Amino acid sequence: MLASETMDAAQALADLTEISSQIEAAVLFDADGAVLGSTLVDDDATKALARAGAELLARAGEFRSEGDGVTQLEASTPEGSVFVVGGEARRIAATTGPVPTVGLVFYDLKSCLRGAAEDPPPPKRSRRKKAEDET
Amino acid sequence: MKRKLLGLFGFGTGILAGSVVYRRSFARRRDRVDVYFGDGSMVSFVEGSPEAERLIPVAREALAAAHRSQRRT
Repeated sequence: MLASETMDAAQALADLTEISSQIEAAVLFDADGAVLGSTLVDDDATKALARAGAELLARAGEFRSEGDGVTQLEASTPEGSVFVVGGEARRIAATTGPVPTVGLVFYDLKSCLRGAAEDPPPPKRSRRKKAEDET
Repeated sequence: MKRKLLGLFGFGTGILAGSVVYRRSFARRRDRVDVYFGDGSMVSFVEGSPEAERLIPVAREALAAAHRSQRRT
């Protein structure tokens, strides 16, 4: 895992928790289930949430053998909801309290996935280097 | 007589409003899983269906892990 990947994931998750008051915990992970970032401080809980997210997507995918695969899901219980959104390379799993605003949570999670997928901005070139290049 | 009828109407309305509030607040929410597919379709599996029985325990594990971690912090 690249350091920049971890940095992007951490920034995207920080933005997510800042904009969404409904999301209690969120974990970004890749297609192999490797954790890229988490809002949880506990490693075991982070791995458990990522594992559960990957398993939910995999199990839900078994319900339909043909056509397009699962893109997102929400499992709702009286204790709270679990949301999973699958991207091309990255996935995100999140938990909320009971009765969340479903559309808003999905929107925020997709924004987070997009944010984590963006390449970091290229480092600025110094003026001296630019001047040297021009000569 | 008019006063009595008005009182009865008020009492009835109060009971109706109370029952709505009670049902909304204390009715047990059922487990449910909504699965969205790439073609834009969505399937909802409710508590008791075989599909929900495969997904809900995993979701409960995720919620338990998140709650455990939040309690520790």
